[in-house]
Amino acid sequence: MSLNSNIPSGPMAMKWSTHKQDSKLINPKNKRKFTVLVVGSGLAGSSAAATLSELGYKVKCFCFQDSARRAHSIAAQGGINAAKNYQNDGDSVHRLFYDTVKGGDFRAREANVHRLAEVSVNIIDQCVAQGVPFAREYGGMLANRSFGGAQVSRTFYARGQTGQQLLLGAYSALNKEIAGGGVQMFPRTEMLDVVTVDGHAKGIVTRDLVTGKIESHAGDAVLLCTGGYGNVFYLSTNAMGCNVTATWRAHRKGAFFANPCYTQIHPTCIPVSGEYQSKLTLMSESLRNDGRVWVPKNAADCGKVPDQIPEDARDYYLERKYPSFGNLAPRDISSRAAKEACDDGRGVGPGGRGVYLDFAEAIGQYGAKTIAERYGNLFDMYERITGESAYKRPMRIYPAVHYTMGGLWVDYNLMSNLPGLHVLGEANFSDHGANRLGASALMQGLADGYFVIPTTIANYLVNQKPGSITTEHPEFKKAVEDCTAQTKRFLNIKGKRSVDSFHRELGLLVWDKCGMARTKEGLTEALNRIPALREEFWQNVNVPGSGDFTNPELEKAGRVADFMEFAELLCLDARHREESCGGHFRSEHQYPDGEAKRDDENFSYAAAWEYTGNLSQPTLNKEPLAFEEVHLAVRSYK
Amino acid sequence: MSQLNLHLKVWRQNGSQPGHFQDIDAPDIPDHASFLEMMDIINERLISKGEDPVAFDHDCREGICGSCSMQINGVPHGPAKATTTCQLHMRKFRTGDTIWVEPFRARAFPVLKDLMIDRGAFDRIQQAGGFISVRTGAPQDANALPIGKVVADAAMDAAECIGCGACVAACKNASAMLFVSAKAGQLNSLPQGQPEKDRRTLGMVRQMDKEGFGNCTNQYECEAACPKEISVRWITKLNRDYAVASIKDALGNTRKEAGGGD
Repeated sequence: MSLNSNIPSGPMAMKWSTHKQDSKLINPKNKRKFTVLVVGSGLAGSSAAATLSELGYKVKCFCFQDSARRAHSIAAQGGINAAKNYQNDGDSVHRLFYDTVKGGDFRAREANVHRLAEVSVNIIDQCVAQGVPFAREYGGMLANRSFGGAQVSRTFYARGQTGQQLLLGAYSALNKEIAGGGVQMFPRTEMLDVVTVDGHAKGIVTRDLVTGKIESHAGDAVLLCTGGYGNVFYLSTNAMGCNVTATWRAHRKGAFFANPCYTQIHPTCIPVSGEYQSKLTLMSESLRNDGRVWVPKNAADCGKVPDQIPEDARDYYLERKYPSFGNLAPRDISSRAAKEACDDGRGVGPGGRGVYLDFAEAIGQYGAKTIAERYGNLFDMYERITGESAYKRPMRIYPAVHYTMGGLWVDYNLMSNLPGLHVLGEANFSDHGANRLGASALMQGLADGYFVIPTTIANYLVNQKPGSITTEHPEFKKAVEDCTAQTKRFLNIKGKRSVDSFHRELGLLVWDKCGMARTKEGLTEALNRIPALREEFWQNVNVPGSGDFTNPELEKAGRVADFMEFAELLCLDARHREESCGGHFRSEHQYPDGEAKRDDENFSYAAAWEYTGNLSQPTLNKEPLAFEEVHLAVRSYK
Repeated sequence: MSQLNLHLKVWRQNGSQPGHFQDIDAPDIPDHASFLEMMDIINERLISKGEDPVAFDHDCREGICGSCSMQINGVPHGPAKATTTCQLHMRKFRTGDTIWVEPFRARAFPVLKDLMIDRGAFDRIQQAGGFISVRTGAPQDANALPIGKVVADAAMDAAECIGCGACVAACKNASAMLFVSAKAGQLNSLPQGQPEKDRRTLGMVRQMDKEGFGNCTNQYECEAACPKEISVRWITKLNRDYAVASIKDALGNTRKEAGGGD
């Protein structure tokens, strides 16, 4: 099938303006007749739901959490990028665009990235108007800092909890619309499937997580704002509930899944300490502004107390390998360098999977008080979890799965190949290419929700007859029956193993074979083992309780069942992409100095996988990527 | 790392049916595990014995989403200061300890199952005015409105509230004043929040009362229990804002404002 990305013609800097001009309008009276279903209430979902309601559409918004405010965007720490150039340090829309395309290792769609950079400035204005308390200078102006991989200070932040503050802003806009009657909110409601009618997405099936009731909702368009799939690895920095179900179910109904192998491993997380571990905690990479990363030069020193290892016996490997970026090297590069050091036997802490992030020099230079002002909450968090004080000894950190750049394929209007199904934020694939830069996820979620979809959705809706499909349609009845049957199936297996035990086993396998470094051989092994594990899951999982009441184990079973299928596509995509780029590092494809070796001739495309009914044999569709503005180059941070 | 042998008394309840404490032995708990990871271990063991696992709310497990709750040994979020249950680690306990685990208790937070409660009242309070009515579009440039660092920092102090409800659970009256005062206070102290200040204050306080939260009697248990250390100064500010708004309301001023201003 051919993919039409619907990129507007004309010069790059004019595409979005042109497209806004050319987009359809729906008159205010008619907008009220359209119902839009928004799944997810994070930055993308809340901002889209609120804005569409302001425009006059009827909106139903769903989240599995008990409140929209708890969606996982809440946990983002570091900041949000915007090309405001308030610091007069040479930033511009073009530079943010350029940095993002380069940072994404030339695997993003240029036109989308340029639009993202353009609307970044509006996001900050909007958030400030809502009362988001960004950090400020004494003169009352907004403060900025530089953030992972950027040489300008374009990151706006609110202490170590920028995500919470931005989400609370979007949530307040959502509340305003709920109060006004434009948005109907469904908390503790999980989406189980997409309903398609004549090839168009016209509704969803949901389960009420309190009463267990499975029902359907019809709409004129469906927006999936359901985040990423990082929890396929079991251990990640994602919240426990983050899952692939919404996007995977849509994929099974025909939506293409693009570039699943682009997964981001965040370099600064607290290392794993034991088998009971349920999640990994991120330490904001803003810490790398003042912390220096090192491991002992000699493996024999690894067991020593860090301050007994003299300066000349330490390897500040990021500063050594990447003199111009040093400790601020982008995430994929920093993560891989940490892995290399540990693979070399020079890792520190339990299991040898950790490196030091040392603040001694910064504390000496600025004083402990200044460091506490900058990072106090992070140091406190570190101490709560590890029982160690980072003021007295270096933190131990290790990379962990954090974000997923892949997602459902969308065109310039953010619509998937399944008409009516729109995908926003982390759930889509379009803006970050093979690697996301720090402080760009919040920017994309809000760009999609506040500024892109409110314009582009009309291009689809204008050709639809509002309210023409209701839940009385046979497709809705069938979808509800299918979901009800699946729930019964889980409960009737009555096997011996818990859902978590399967999830943990799957996660370990995927992390081992499809984590920071991948090989054809390892991926093939994973691809052989995943179907067997999936088979065992369906024979031997134990889901206690019933379907007609609160049942967290049943919820987890549904999510893990989908991860079991998705994991295979993830590994297939990783095996097919015979190059290294961004978050996808294939050990076979590297330069002699260990740097990632891209293959632009053969792999300069987005891989959009089509479900065929056979999980092992999806069809590959390619969207060629053209680079008109930013010329293809080896991404070097030396 | 060492292992702890613990004994738990966990509240079990199905919806509106009467609940009870269940005795659960918890041997061999790693002291590096978080409290919720301890609950995971217990649930795995219950499931393997064919028993019903304990339901509890949780999500981010890094102290920011506000999902986790639990009254641990009578204290919301347990014994560690400024720490949510998900960030409480077992090294804070000693082997041989008996730990009481209950849901947050408040009439306005009905129990759904075991340790899960319904905090929908908090959402409804914010829908009653916890926002600035600005449409998505083209507001003025963000730096066109300078806000002094002191004011911005104070608003940020209030904005740190994660909406977990510990303040309510800690209060003998189950008052939600700390929560409401932080939410209203953030916006009421910023210049952007001035036009709707009175309407916001009245709307949120009235909704709070309607939800069945108790009155504040200035005991400040809420501040002590708050995992984000929200200060009771915000309650003082809310009382002041409420007094002013009430007088204006009695004189008919806020109604006029609600109708579109002068």
